[in-house]
Amino acid sequence: MRPDMLARIQLSSPPRRGQAMEVRLLIQHPMETGFRYDFSGTSTAKNVIHSLSAEYGGRVVFRARMGSGVAANPLLQFWVLPNESGDIRVVWEDDQGVQGQVSAWVEVLPP
Amino acid sequence: MSEASSLSWSRRQGLGGLLACVGWAAAPARAQAPPANLDWAQLYGPFTGGINPTPERVSVVTPRLADNGLSVPLAVRVDSPMSERDHVRRVVLLSNRNPRPVIAEFELGPWSAKAEVATRVRLNGSQEVMALVQTSDGRWWRGTAEVEVTESACMDAS
Repeated sequence: MRPDMLARIQLSSPPRRGQAMEVRLLIQHPMETGFRYDFSGTSTAKNVIHSLSAEYGGRVVFRARMGSGVAANPLLQFWVLPNESGDIRVVWEDDQGVQGQVSAWVEVLPP
Repeated sequence: MSEASSLSWSRRQGLGGLLACVGWAAAPARAQAPPANLDWAQLYGPFTGGINPTPERVSVVTPRLADNGLSVPLAVRVDSPMSERDHVRRVVLLSNRNPRPVIAEFELGPWSAKAEVATRVRLNGSQEVMALVQTSDGRWWRGTAEVEVTESACMDAS
């Protein structure tokens, strides 16, 4: 886990039981395509977040496999049905093997 | 190469150098020829097992005109009740002009409540973007969106 891999989760507020909750995830990452050259003319190695998964309520609720076609600083928006209060925890790994994670507390209100 | 040094070369050396230059220039020109649009059937074939996905239920939402191909907002919405019996299992984003045509793959389930995913993608020029969707009954669906890209990503120095 690297602390400099910044990420943020935003939840549609307030999450109510049984009502779809939007999760917006933003990760700071260059998503290097491997087609780029630096000033000295050497090509930069491909480095993208290749897999990501979000866990909530004891199960994986969202999984993503990404390639270089995803823009730098990837933004992912998906929906989850909130049933009980708990952590939503997202983990990911890039091509260099660097792992990152971010989590947010989901306080579920009655409908 | 300075002019003085080239003048001191023998004719044979000069000719050899010229041929080398031509060879060097021809190779990357072939590699970087403007990419032809790939065939959709070849792109979704490996996912669907050769079956043509039905062009229904899936809508891809993108701006019609994207100023910059480096970051194009893209949302996929599927007409699905997202119940235990009928839900979206997989969403695959495909591009027929990017050097790597599979942009991303998402896995959803009945707990997703809404069959909707959004992200931002890189697009290498004006093209059609396809979302390939597999529902829980194993069937494949597709939806496309046409995007006009003024400044493309990937192949230039970006």
